Amino acid sequence: MEDIWCVAVSVFQMWMFVVVFLITLPAMFGLSLGVTGVYIQILVKILEWATIRIQRGRQEQASVPVPLHNGIIERAVSSMKEEIEQLRSSQSLAEGEFALGDAFYFCKKGLESIVDDQVTQRFSSEELVSWNLLTRTNQNFRYISLRLTIIWGIGVFVRYCILLPLRVTLAIIGLSWLVIGTTLVGFLPESSVKNWLSELVHLTCYRICARALSATIHYHNRENKPQKGGICVANHTTPIDVVILANDGCYAMVGQIHGGLLGVLQRSMVKSCPHVWFERSEMKDRHTVTSRLRAHVAAKSKLPIMIFPEGTCINNTSVMMFKKGSFEIGGTIYPVAIKYDPRLGDAFWNSSKHNMVSYLLRTMTSWAIVVNVWYLPPMTIQDGEDAAQFASRVKSAIALQGGLLDLAWDGGLKRAKVKDSLKEEQQKMYSSIIVGQNSTDSPETCSQNSEEQ
Amino acid sequence: MGSRASTLLREEEIEEIKKETGFSHSQITRLYSRFTSLDKGENGTLSREDFQRIPELAINPLGDRIINAFFPEGEDQVNFRGFMRTLAHFRPIEDNEKNKNHPASEPLNSRTNKLLFAFRLYDLDRDDKISRDELLQVLRMMVGVNISDEQLGSIADRTIQEADTNGDNSISFNEFIKVLEKVDVEQKMSIRFLH
Repeated sequence: MEDIWCVAVSVFQMWMFVVVFLITLPAMFGLSLGVTGVYIQILVKILEWATIRIQRGRQEQASVPVPLHNGIIERAVSSMKEEIEQLRSSQSLAEGEFALGDAFYFCKKGLESIVDDQVTQRFSSEELVSWNLLTRTNQNFRYISLRLTIIWGIGVFVRYCILLPLRVTLAIIGLSWLVIGTTLVGFLPESSVKNWLSELVHLTCYRICARALSATIHYHNRENKPQKGGICVANHTTPIDVVILANDGCYAMVGQIHGGLLGVLQRSMVKSCPHVWFERSEMKDRHTVTSRLRAHVAAKSKLPIMIFPEGTCINNTSVMMFKKGSFEIGGTIYPVAIKYDPRLGDAFWNSSKHNMVSYLLRTMTSWAIVVNVWYLPPMTIQDGEDAAQFASRVKSAIALQGGLLDLAWDGGLKRAKVKDSLKEEQQKMYSSIIVGQNSTDSPETCSQNSEEQ
Repeated sequence: MGSRASTLLREEEIEEIKKETGFSHSQITRLYSRFTSLDKGENGTLSREDFQRIPELAINPLGDRIINAFFPEGEDQVNFRGFMRTLAHFRPIEDNEKNKNHPASEPLNSRTNKLLFAFRLYDLDRDDKISRDELLQVLRMMVGVNISDEQLGSIADRTIQEADTNGDNSISFNEFIKVLEKVDVEQKMSIRFLH
């Protein structure tokens, strides 16, 4: 009995030795032994091989379904006006009149959106072109070949029996270090030493956490890194975004105080570093939020604020509407585009389906997190531009750089219903087509425009 | 999970739907996965609320009428079979289908069926006639508050006058077909489903 106990203790000691000396210590100093790099290279090779196997299997067995390619339907890109004019051209109808056939336009649009819409699919995991040997992302897993199944089995063993315990140990070390470290630093009097120590604690902790996710992060255009007194805005896929960004510098975070694990972290972090947390009740009051942020930005010496203006996690395929609040604060905006590599694991947090802990477990049993981060040149609001326009300009820049789809829709639609005003806009557009030039208000708006010019 | 989509739909069902609607095997499995993702109640049927959750449909002025077309009279749930039957109206007419003549069963995506689908959008009380009042109501849905009652009334009157041939001051389905005979219904009421 005692022997078993001894063995268990020595195994545990070995384990901790590996974790502390080979992973945690290098991580603290931002060094890499290159293990993750090699691991990722091997993985990519295996996945490429598996893809070829699956394709071959598909040719042999007709029953293996073809994966989803880009959507279910192909849509024409033309405006309501063009479409309805086309409908009329065959009817010898004068422009600016109602035709019974106009309903065809709305009908087709409506059916298209039922079959495939731009918004709702952004809130569920993205479909992969080829299977990445993780059971949960396989749309069409079938038995294809013995070798493939064996590889998959080995994969399960590696992910659950080796990587998962390793990652959990690392995460526990990282997070407890964060809580203890920040709390201790919090006792120090306000000074430059405190700030320096606080940054050190944050940075090391995030580096350990990144190791816990086997994150390989490629930063691009580091010269545009957010500076003090600025606001860093990024697209949002998962809470891990924070770890990814904070691996390369310190940020002041903005957000709502959460309960549970996240709440404990938030409360201890704020002791050493001026993060801006709001209670749920305060969050409703936009004025308080803006004024506190404005005060933070005005103090030029404070860390750049990190904000995810989408306000919700989107599935790594697109960027949705940026809430204009963060763009009303003033100061320089440092846009950052974050794009995860979907092949090695799904980073998207589907918060309506999984809670934080089960999401983290899913991530830690995935292959790895590979992510590209692009720092974009700083942007400021232009003359004659309002906050909403500025927000959408920044969003387009991020979408373009990250290779993401630029959508005007509000990410809040994940939970809320669409606003009536959008339907009214459609109705207005249609009205102006059927009453056309006869309408009384259009000449006026024309003349107003010419006066302004 | 996504894998559910291919496991819950039985081969025989796919075959039956294929026969009834003309969709291909892979189109059916893809549309089934769409159907399940819309089905928030996860009970194998869609309710009106499930449709209304699609933002692009919610802002469509005729959205409610379109949703209605999926539900047979008096029912408030639609299963995958019914869902596919309605979608089939919007399948393009393929060349090999044009030449086939089998009057016994007209395909769901024929010109007449496409027109009937549009006709039903206007025919609120399902009495196979579009009355002035019905036309007025649908027009109001399409234009919102932007056009006055008077102006809309005269639009409705003019439309009915032009279409009405038997003088009953309403539009029957035959009159509806006549008015739209020059319109390329086949193309305008079709969605390009990928293969």
